[in-house]
Amino acid sequence: MATNTNHPDKPAGLEFEGRTHSLDTLHEMHDMMLFIRRFEEKAGQLYGLKKIGGFCHLCNGQEAVCVGMQHASRPTDYVLTSYRDHGHVLARGSDPTAVMAELLGRAGGIVKGKGGSMHMFDIERNFAGGNGIVGEQVPIGLGFGFSSWYRGDDRVTLCVMGDGGVNQGGVYESFNMAALWKLPVVFVIENNQYAMGTSLDRASAETHLFKRGISFKIPGMQIDGMDVLAVEKHMREAIEHARSGQGPILVEAITYRYRGHSMSDPATYRTREEVDEWRTGRDPIARLENQMIEAGLATADEFKQKDREIKKRVNAIAKAAEAQPEPDPSELWTDVYANPIEGAYPYPGKVG
Amino acid sequence: MNKITYREALNQAMCEEMERDERVFLMGEEVAEYNGAYKVSQGMLDKFGPKRVIDTPITELGFAGLGVGAAMAGLRPIIEFMTWNFAILAMDQIVNAAAKMLYMSGGMYKVPIVFRGAGGSAARVAAQHSQALENWMANIPGLKVVMPSNPADAKGLLKSAIRDDDPVVFIENEINYGDIGEVPAGEYLIPLGKADVKRPGKDITLVAHSRMTGFALAAAEELAKQGIDAEVVDPRTIRPLDEETILRSVAKTNHCVVIEEGWRFAGIGAEISARIMERGFDDLDAPVLRVTGKDVPMAYAANLEAMTLPSVAEIVEAARVSLNRA
Ligand SMILES: Cc1ncc(C[n+]2csc(CCOP(=O)(O)OP(=O)(O)O)c2C)c(N)n1
Ligand SMILES: [Mg+2]
Repeated sequence: MATNTNHPDKPAGLEFEGRTHSLDTLHEMHDMMLFIRRFEEKAGQLYGLKKIGGFCHLCNGQEAVCVGMQHASRPTDYVLTSYRDHGHVLARGSDPTAVMAELLGRAGGIVKGKGGSMHMFDIERNFAGGNGIVGEQVPIGLGFGFSSWYRGDDRVTLCVMGDGGVNQGGVYESFNMAALWKLPVVFVIENNQYAMGTSLDRASAETHLFKRGISFKIPGMQIDGMDVLAVEKHMREAIEHARSGQGPILVEAITYRYRGHSMSDPATYRTREEVDEWRTGRDPIARLENQMIEAGLATADEFKQKDREIKKRVNAIAKAAEAQPEPDPSELWTDVYANPIEGAYPYPGKVG
Repeated sequence: MNKITYREALNQAMCEEMERDERVFLMGEEVAEYNGAYKVSQGMLDKFGPKRVIDTPITELGFAGLGVGAAMAGLRPIIEFMTWNFAILAMDQIVNAAAKMLYMSGGMYKVPIVFRGAGGSAARVAAQHSQALENWMANIPGLKVVMPSNPADAKGLLKSAIRDDDPVVFIENEINYGDIGEVPAGEYLIPLGKADVKRPGKDITLVAHSRMTGFALAAAEELAKQGIDAEVVDPRTIRPLDEETILRSVAKTNHCVVIEEGWRFAGIGAEISARIMERGFDDLDAPVLRVTGKDVPMAYAANLEAMTLPSVAEIVEAARVSLNRA
């Protein structure tokens, strides 16, 4: 571990419930959370300028879940999410210019401009998709877990869903099979307490979502999703549980989204006070910064400087992405079939 | 050549492909210990063990999605639906996930999966268990839709479907499972997307798939007695459709009747008829006619059930109308 250069008398890292994080790791986590925050703000701006279209779901406030989870997993583990996927794919280490280009519908988009905000994929990083149908990623994630069981490849699948998504039937079908066959899957519920405009208590008879696995004998834990160190620690435990062959496990991360459900949502279903309480009182980035400053691991000025650099970097990324052309029209017809049948596809679709 | 049943041909195809490729596995309700609801997977559990022949809970959406994920991760699942009626519960995974994954992921994630099971009407099981839904799936870019009408095609097409890198909807027919036919032993592959002329003829083209191919052949026999020489074309693959073989036949006969078990509205016959009109208009001496299932849910009573399905007599009649000999 590096020494604490600012305060040689103080520890060189932070301890959380028995886990010590080096200064480097703390900075990595912090910088990624802040990067996601600024990236999302930029995306919001570009949406306002009508450069990003369609649905655009930002994850401001939820960064600790994305980053803590990735720090606890291996690059070989699989990750699947809902449409609220920018933060997760960035935390996974995907090229942010490609992610931004995707939002802008450009040729160099991470999926060539064919998926947009809701459908980020990165096969090299085992990021198996953003899915637009609520809950759809859960049975698919089960299949990734099945493939690890089938091959004995020691990978774990992290399958992320929302507090709304957890009400889909396919989720319980998946819980049952995952438990029945002891598949190495960690089901992560990002409980940001709202599904669009529907608060948790208006949609769920059992609001302790970590208990939703009980009738399938799936252990569950509720964690503070606003604390990246807590997420890292407990996700590490959950992933170890799944990797050790004990079967699936459920993690409910309590979190909050600061913005509306998507860019078109003014979020009138909740009070200003409620949002402020989370935003100023429990923000995951400010929290880690304060912890690091208190421990003498960094200074407020250092973080300010970092923020300036990250904003600059995000601006440069947006510029580079915007400069890209739209996909070539020929791309319309590619990737429909892996084995297209010659002469039979594409179907004649135009006159003449 | 061996004389075997349609269900044995399917079994052979799966066993040969599982022997050939470790990544292939079979999953579905009652496929393992019960040996298959229709005995298509007879003996496969004994041969391959419980890791590769897997009984599922009754959970179509869940295990269809499992198959999609496993295929994305590089395995080659065969997902059996006891019948396609129950696959309706899995439609999100077939349509929104399997079919679109390659495109949405910009070519990153292939989904080499076969969804298979019995489709079409069975005997006396009423509305929820008797329907032909291939037009739903044939409408979706990204899917291939295959429907064999005899044992040899069942084997050759299923082997190709398992080796294909795209999601294949493979619809068998419950009534055909016991049909016996000559089937080549061992390696026998029929390319997807190729129609087959089941009976050559010069006066009229009858296009029919799955169980209706047999009806069309029977109608052709009857027409022959009346001095009409009918050609029977079986598309075998519904999507992508082998338009060329159909157009070539119509160019020769100048008359066409399309037969299908499914409902008339936006059915397979509507599609084939439109394509002939678009590209073979000048070859036609009469409008393309359609013989389809009646536009009602399937009833239980034997007489109503028979009335709902296309009949050989209706096909004969349509051919005579087309040829102006009614
Ligand atoms: C099957 C389905 N039904 C409805 C929708 C519309 N929809 C999109 S997001 C959403 C709310 C989901 O909330 P939650 O699961 O809590 O995730 P969050 O948006 O909070 O991340 C709804 C109803 C959809 N995309 N898919
Ligand atoms: Mg939510």
